[in-house]
Amino acid sequence: MLVVLAGVAGWPLFRTVFFSFTDATLATLDGFQGVGLDNYLWLMRDPVWWRAVWNTLVFTVVSVGIETALGLGIALILNAHLPGRGLLRAAVLIPWAIPTVVSAQMWGWMFHDLYGVVNAILMGLGLIAEPRAWTADPDLALPVVIAVDVWKSTPFMALLILAALQMLPRDLYEAARVDGVHPVRVFVRITLPLIRPALMVAVLFRTLDALRVFDLMYVLTGNSRSTMSMSVYARQYLIDFQDVGYGSAAATVLVLVLAVATVLAVTLGRVRVDAGR
Amino acid sequence: MGLRRIAFALVVLGIVVWAVFPFAWAIVTSLKAGSALFTAEAWPSQPSLANYGAIFREQPFGRNILNSLLAASAVVALSLGLAVLAAYALGRVRFRGRGLLLFVVLGVSMFPQVAVLSGLFELVRWLGLYNRIGSLVLSYLIFTLPFTVWVLTTFMRELPKELEEAAMVDGAGPFVIVTRVFLPLMGPALAATGLLAFIAAWNEFLFALTFTLTDDARTVPVAIALMSGASQYELPWGQIMAASVVVTVPLIGLVLLFQRRIVSGLTAGAVKG
Repeated sequence: MLVVLAGVAGWPLFRTVFFSFTDATLATLDGFQGVGLDNYLWLMRDPVWWRAVWNTLVFTVVSVGIETALGLGIALILNAHLPGRGLLRAAVLIPWAIPTVVSAQMWGWMFHDLYGVVNAILMGLGLIAEPRAWTADPDLALPVVIAVDVWKSTPFMALLILAALQMLPRDLYEAARVDGVHPVRVFVRITLPLIRPALMVAVLFRTLDALRVFDLMYVLTGNSRSTMSMSVYARQYLIDFQDVGYGSAAATVLVLVLAVATVLAVTLGRVRVDAGR
Repeated sequence: MGLRRIAFALVVLGIVVWAVFPFAWAIVTSLKAGSALFTAEAWPSQPSLANYGAIFREQPFGRNILNSLLAASAVVALSLGLAVLAAYALGRVRFRGRGLLLFVVLGVSMFPQVAVLSGLFELVRWLGLYNRIGSLVLSYLIFTLPFTVWVLTTFMRELPKELEEAAMVDGAGPFVIVTRVFLPLMGPALAATGLLAFIAAWNEFLFALTFTLTDDARTVPVAIALMSGASQYELPWGQIMAASVVVTVPLIGLVLLFQRRIVSGLTAGAVKG
């Protein structure tokens, strides 16, 4: 297992870091020269790269924030005893079960500028006067991408939080009810602290996922600069422009960002990563 | 009290509509043919299965499905096989650096796929696997293996130690213990992790996009993402939606069928904080 993992993960990662210091291209993978830190210096001077960094960070913070809040809400509803709970849980699972590429295409069609149902509904309700080019408009594209990610990933968040909620001891709540404590106070004082560890793990997973997001943007908005994530940027140079050295440098920076995010989350959030997804 | 219940019911209804509507709309779209596609009617006046026929006739979609099935099945079989052995070592045998090793395995599952793209590309070409299913099986192990190892290790740890000791007293070696004692007990865990790994491999996009070149070698997500019509400027939305429905219905079926196991599989791994 270790040998396989080293072969498919360790070695390629090492080569990527190695390539980032060279001028290798896809055609000249065997013949290349070291260029030191040049790739990194160019990267630092590229406004498109900084745009990608900014997009990725905004995407991560906003979508994980919304997903956490919504996921918590949905988990609390699912945890309540109500008729048709199984049905509700099944419905919530559907977005999670749909492949990212498929959901990107589905939403791309719904957000279509001429024939999309979103424009039709909004115009029918009189909310907008004319159709919007949701995925092509630079101001709207990133919010659209975030909305699709929220739709797709909130179920994952809700499921993890729900699992934590269901492990809470019942007697605590009975005691609180007997004492007549207000539900909101019960939630803030008892529920939140108890599910905090699980919540932090879920947030950490989603954050790491969001930082390396690729397929959603690639399918929904292509290589558009207004939504390009760091992964999309790196792949564009690696494959489309065949500039392996430069693309590898971008990919290496992304690894560093992820590492920093993980360390920050683990220390600040005091997450105990006992077991992983 | 009545008003509150109605408000609550409305919230629940809203959640269901929000979760289900996009997929429902994809189904409706896939049934529309010709110019009906470009109207926003909620149900086509003349529903037709033409789009479903077209994806198998005009596109190599049957082949794409076969590719995805092959790649995902091979990945699941390989990673479960390796993970059972690894989980036995990590969960049962005490040795130095075990914690560190587990952390490394977890770390592998967290770094971005783009980071290994150029290195893997070199490896794939060197092995002569470019544009073949083998390249995908190889690259998918990156994310399925850490995941299966983690979940199965967690599960192995919770099995009672007496079982193993009893087997040892009877003179069983590690291999016999794993195959005869643990494997039968691990059925449910294997099913859940296998299914999740299968879904992950089935849905993977970046590696599949990069390591395959021709229509025939593509997997389902790449085929759906790159599906094109007669002209470059006209996307066959009806066909794209039909293909989306075809790949999604079995997935949704599986997920709903195994939902309890999936939820416990996800949480057995994730929420032990």
